Amino acid sequence: MNVAVAIDDARHDALPSATEAGPASKRVVVAYGFWIFLLSDIVMFSALFAAYAVLVHATAGGPTGASLFNQRSAAIETACLLASSYTCGLMTLAANEWRRAGIYLFALLTFVLGAAFLGLEVREFADMIGRGATPQRSAFLSAFFTLVGCHGLHVAVGLVWLAVMMAQVAIKGIRGTVERRLLCFALFWHALDIIWVWLFTVVYLMGVRP
Amino acid sequence: MTDTHYDRAPGDRPILTGLEEEASSGLLVYTAGLVLAVILTVTSFWVANTSLLWGPGIPLGLVVLAIAQMGIHLVFFLHITTGPDNTNNVLALAFGVLIVMLVVGGSLWIMANLNDNMTPSAELMNLHMQH
Repeated sequence: MNVAVAIDDARHDALPSATEAGPASKRVVVAYGFWIFLLSDIVMFSALFAAYAVLVHATAGGPTGASLFNQRSAAIETACLLASSYTCGLMTLAANEWRRAGIYLFALLTFVLGAAFLGLEVREFADMIGRGATPQRSAFLSAFFTLVGCHGLHVAVGLVWLAVMMAQVAIKGIRGTVERRLLCFALFWHALDIIWVWLFTVVYLMGVRP
Repeated sequence: MTDTHYDRAPGDRPILTGLEEEASSGLLVYTAGLVLAVILTVTSFWVANTSLLWGPGIPLGLVVLAIAQMGIHLVFFLHITTGPDNTNNVLALAFGVLIVMLVVGGSLWIMANLNDNMTPSAELMNLHMQH
């Protein structure tokens, strides 16, 4: 999100002053468009959060959050996602300098940490369902599985996207379009981490309090 | 023209590529963001489990910590700044926050009102909401 004119063409030219910069670079425009999409996604999540907050006590005599949630696994999931957000940032730095080895390395780390997060979440869901806490059991559990499952689905889509991006880097090489797509992926991944911050705060930390 | 001042987001791509110190400063920004986020996350988990603090205030404290961590992520990871090219991003973010607050706050408000007004007929309430 720089002030720069056609940065791909004029890399070594003298830079004009910020007020005479002219139209924004493609990088800025692409990031802005994707940012709008991310905000619409966050608005969708806000509806799911509102539904969860309204229905959190509607347990219909079934299991409550305090009896179901495991803070230790929530903490490990948080650590995985935060670390993958960091490695994703390092991947962005490598992409900015078109260092291919760096991109592969940090993309692999991001993928592994994201997959670990997803695996832990699936195991947690399976454990809950095994104890009879299925989405059909109560309105609280329906809201819980919708909210947390929707975030997990986003993470899964992000992992597929990351794999596709690595294939593009390998086949097409690093060029303007691929670099901008990597930027969009990084924005997506960081936004998912923001949603997870609210998730562990509202669901796992507030949910286990009496 | 090298002395022209550009507002640049922390950690965003340097305008002049190939500068060694730019790369290390980008790394520094992400690492600083990670450290701050870890501190806030650990604080959140501690606050939720401690008995040292006044109980009823803890949810509010957790919300404050989450807002702070969201700010850290926005600045250090998503590179939202007050720079001129970020004006559109900031305005879109402000609109998004407005909608989110309307949806969440409005839902909680109206449903709490409904609960309060309908509690006398407990059997009716139990049909769709059990506490």
